[in-house]
Amino acid sequence: MINYFKEIAVGFYSLLAGMAVTIRYFVKPIVTVQYPRQQLTMSPRYRGHIELLIDPETGTHQCIACEMCARICPSQLIQVEGVKLDPKKKVPLKYVIEYYYCSLCGLCLESCPTNALQWSKEYLLANFHREDSVYDLLVRLQKQQRAAGLPVTPIPEPPTAEQLAEMAAKEAQIAEAKAKAAAKKAAEAPAAEAPGAEAKPAEAPAAEAKPAEAPAEEVKE
Amino acid sequence: MELLAQFLGIEGARMIVGLIAVIALVSVNALFLIWMERKVAAHMQLRPGPMEVGPHGAIQTVADALKLMGKELITPDEVDKPIFWLAPIVVFLPVLLSFLVVPFSQTWIIRDMNVGIVLILAFSTLPVLAILMAGWASNNKYAVFGAIRSVAQNIAYEIPLLITVMSIILMVGSFKLSDIVAAQSQYWYVLLQPLAFIIYITCGTAETNRAPFDLPEAESELVAGFHTEYSGMRFALFFLAEYTNMFIVSAIATVLFLGGWHGPFLPGVIWFLLKVYALIFLMMWFRWTFPRVRFDQLITFAWKILIPLAFANLLITALVLKLR
Amino acid sequence: MIEYSLEEKTYTLNLGPQHPSTHGVLRVLLEMEGEFITKAEPVIGYGHRGHEHMAENRNYLQFLPNMARVDYLHALAFNQGYCMAVEKLMGLAVPERGEFIRVITAELNRISSHLVWLGAYLLDLGAFTPILYCFDDRENLLDLLDRITGSRLTYCFFRPGGVPQDLDDEFITGTRAFIKRLRTRFKDYDNLVTKNVIFINRTKDVGVITKDQCVKYGLTGPMVRGSGIAYDIRKSEPYSAYPQFDFVIPIGDKGDILDRYVVRVREMEQSLRIIEQALDKLPNGPIMAEKVPKRLKPAAGEVYQAVETARGEFGCYIVSQGDIKPYRIKLRVPSFGNLSILPELAVDTLVADLVAILGSIDVVVPEIDR
Repeated sequence: MINYFKEIAVGFYSLLAGMAVTIRYFVKPIVTVQYPRQQLTMSPRYRGHIELLIDPETGTHQCIACEMCARICPSQLIQVEGVKLDPKKKVPLKYVIEYYYCSLCGLCLESCPTNALQWSKEYLLANFHREDSVYDLLVRLQKQQRAAGLPVTPIPEPPTAEQLAEMAAKEAQIAEAKAKAAAKKAAEAPAAEAPGAEAKPAEAPAAEAKPAEAPAEEVKE
Repeated sequence: MELLAQFLGIEGARMIVGLIAVIALVSVNALFLIWMERKVAAHMQLRPGPMEVGPHGAIQTVADALKLMGKELITPDEVDKPIFWLAPIVVFLPVLLSFLVVPFSQTWIIRDMNVGIVLILAFSTLPVLAILMAGWASNNKYAVFGAIRSVAQNIAYEIPLLITVMSIILMVGSFKLSDIVAAQSQYWYVLLQPLAFIIYITCGTAETNRAPFDLPEAESELVAGFHTEYSGMRFALFFLAEYTNMFIVSAIATVLFLGGWHGPFLPGVIWFLLKVYALIFLMMWFRWTFPRVRFDQLITFAWKILIPLAFANLLITALVLKLR
Repeated sequence: MIEYSLEEKTYTLNLGPQHPSTHGVLRVLLEMEGEFITKAEPVIGYGHRGHEHMAENRNYLQFLPNMARVDYLHALAFNQGYCMAVEKLMGLAVPERGEFIRVITAELNRISSHLVWLGAYLLDLGAFTPILYCFDDRENLLDLLDRITGSRLTYCFFRPGGVPQDLDDEFITGTRAFIKRLRTRFKDYDNLVTKNVIFINRTKDVGVITKDQCVKYGLTGPMVRGSGIAYDIRKSEPYSAYPQFDFVIPIGDKGDILDRYVVRVREMEQSLRIIEQALDKLPNGPIMAEKVPKRLKPAAGEVYQAVETARGEFGCYIVSQGDIKPYRIKLRVPSFGNLSILPELAVDTLVADLVAILGSIDVVVPEIDR
């Protein structure tokens, strides 16, 4: 009998305790932000889609079109094509991402040897059409350079057959020069490095083989 | 007014004007209550609630009502058509008619019947019939579930309601609502009978199917319970009936326990409305704090706890009155 | 002509794939007699995405983002399990600071997962405000994790060998402030929920799981701890930096829903303790192992690594043939085993109880279907 009344009293008191909590929160200020009239600041490492980083020294991107990012991407959404303007320097002529596949994993950023990519911190990325989510990063870079007053990096043209042949010839020249220098070094220090000497002449025929292959490849393209 | 009085007699004119005023009051009340519910819920949940339409969302309900009126009145295939169409009307009319006897102030009462309280209690049982009609006619398992639960719940909670009302009537000695209010001119009955007040508020919340007793419309279990198949204006009528029922229950609680329109400086009507809305705020507070009660626990609570306590209250009241 | 037979007393109700209280696309076929359930059968597979098949076609680094999508609520623990399995195969040792950062972020993620469970469970029971208080706390936490990882939900933050980015001072001060704030909020949750008589009546002596059933069905996580078995992989097979921290495993005694609820709330408190100790003892040093090759080519062999997630034991079983792509990855997820006890618990209960029991199992259906 006593238990019955005790249960009722304890239960009733717990209900009042719960109501006290709610009324306390009733008079607290609200914690929500009325987007889009008020905006939040994003955290510094927030991930939007990737974009090319503008190097403060050169005023342009640092991508060398090595395609490491395209190879590591789990969703295979990066398309990079490069062209050699100079035998030692390759620049991208096309860098397009299909953002609708992106899982924001960051593997492309981490695998880039020149640290050319960064997160763009864009979050207004909703579109009506799937094609609007395909971003051309070179065009985006140009827009950013214009906005910052920097000289705009031109997007290179795809190489013609002549240019390819020219580049192949230049590369062949440089490779020959390298092989000659290596052979000279091998001749100058034969006795001291016997295994080294075996390795060096082994390198020289390999170097000879490469320029022989290279023109064959470029001509095929 | 005078023109009407020539045709219908003073009582008839009073009724017509009163009914028009009541319909206006019900609409404005529903408008205000829905906005208030959303704002109270929002602030308890640390968010602003409706802010877009009108200053602080004041005319959000008008936008919602327009939307509901524009919706198609879908009648599913195998329903029992007459019952399906009548149910929203039957749920709304008794509640509207209960306004006839509510004393808003000393003179503002449409018809001061001498069985006032009995009329209201009788009319508050009719919506149960309408819920059963709605659930059955919908040809939907979930709706029938909701209707059955609602009927059992409503009948179970009617009894403590009636018994606590009886305790008050014993003290007053008459069923007339204006008499009950007049008898509280010295001190309100909530001070004399706090237990009855608590039981009445609990049963009132259960009668209007509000949380924590909102099993008939348990959203997370049965989609929408007995009004699953209703859309558009019919759904709006169910909604309207629920909020008007809340008003009636709070109005009767004010009359019985909180002294009706008595109060110091402001006119009676203002005090009455303030007290009614304070009680409605209390009911909203319940909704946003407590989880739902399971069905068998609901019935157990009514039969094993509320009814014995209400009876005990009645016996003690009778004893004290006899010994005076 | 439809024939009604007098023996037909049960009817079939479908708690379909689209329902507000099944957490994900889970379908439960119920056979009911009036209001009581006679048979409940969960039907899974609506969310199968082929993660294990994807593992056969991607190399070890490329499979990392998939782990977060298997269980998105405690993604960092799944990341951790996978990375530890790969590290075992390759013989990499994660530096101290890396392990500490892993523990801190994984425990913060555990708290966020339990907060989601708490809010959603109370929403199923009909209380509309606690979910918003939980999500308010969680916003704070997600902002913290956003500062270092850059994501809010599907983290791809650990790498085999360590973590790619370091913590900063603002994260440490922010976390300490968060710990203080959450401890005051626990009192509010206590008053609003744990002591509430309506909540207690709905969860006491409902869905009781005995110790034998735990062993028979292979349950893990708060389900067994609620029934009184003190089994937590962080204590029984310690991994990462957990041996250095001092925390207790909360257990219940009866195995009903209330016990599981209390176990999870206490687990949140213990996670706060772990994070505090980790922040106090955080060593300086490298965060990534040295000489992690760019192309991971583990030795041929098989490895199984288990971690304790918010739902139970997650096991990552990798079969490698010395190639850059794994031969087979099998993910042992806790919700799959935990859900298997539902048909036994659901007999002779009301639909309201079934919803309560299903919520207390804390299922995340995408991890069942993978």
